[in-house]
Amino acid sequence: MTHLLDDIDRAIIVATQDGLPLVERPYDSVAADLGIDAAELRRRVQIMLESGVIRRIGVVPNHYALGYAWNGMTVWDVADADVAAAGAALCGLGFVSHCYERPRLLPDWPFNLFAMIHARRKDDADQLVVRAAQALGVMNRGHRVLYSTRILKKTGLRLKGNGDVPPQPIPARA
Amino acid sequence: MDMIDRRLLDEYQHDLPLDPRPFAAIGRQLGIAEDEVIARLDRLRQGGTVSRVGAVVRPNVAGASTLAAMAVPPEWLERVAALVTDYPEVNHNYQREHRLNLWFVVACVDRAGIDMVLADISRRTGLKVLDLPMLEDFHIDLGFGLQWT
Repeated sequence: MTHLLDDIDRAIIVATQDGLPLVERPYDSVAADLGIDAAELRRRVQIMLESGVIRRIGVVPNHYALGYAWNGMTVWDVADADVAAAGAALCGLGFVSHCYERPRLLPDWPFNLFAMIHARRKDDADQLVVRAAQALGVMNRGHRVLYSTRILKKTGLRLKGNGDVPPQPIPARA
Repeated sequence: MDMIDRRLLDEYQHDLPLDPRPFAAIGRQLGIAEDEVIARLDRLRQGGTVSRVGAVVRPNVAGASTLAAMAVPPEWLERVAALVTDYPEVNHNYQREHRLNLWFVVACVDRAGIDMVLADISRRTGLKVLDLPMLEDFHIDLGFGLQWT
């Protein structure tokens, strides 16, 4: 999975973070903006797809606009030794959109596995949490679901900072 | 939204063709013209059903990010939420049902930038800010299947 991104790769990510232009030749358009060859751009995107740097490329639906109003952050306390198996179990359910391990911060926060669920109705969301708990079985030592009551801000990935500031060189992942 | 719109939303979340003319390729698969594919995607995007047509990048491959949480006294929530939202480094900010009632994502070019933002928020509000960076990303292979009711 290791793939060292160079400046051109990062420029491609920055240039496409708000989406491709909806024109006949979107890759040509981005390549022209970056001053590189369109075939070279597609080749680099293909490599980043294969290495997993780019997860996928396509239509990104807005769950809220589609009526998935219940956004639940489910959080789980599982033994460190079980995290990988528990994460794989949650990913396999088909209704989890993101699943991450994060640190516990005792005593404030005992949960180390986060999985996002989305549903149109509260009852449906609650049912998904039950199914997730069943999938984890005895690995689950305790869980909560934190529904969002208000979206205060939601914007896409931003690497550029303020609009007037030119893109900064982005250091490679440590 | 008709059947074609639904298929555009359902079937093209993962594999936009890396073809010089990807919308022409989609049009061939759906039996519609390239310009109609573009017009439909543009309409869905303008209407908010589609956030964008583009790449979903693995977290933290370019730059750094963290999930932060705060337990804000209810009477301060509006002010603290507005203060947090104001940072350009904050790209998601949600009120959630929990003692920790404010959850937000901070993204910067590097980890030092995140530390500065979190310290600044803590200093300005006098509240503790929990820092919960991603340790492992469990890959969702199946994607998120939409259910039409």
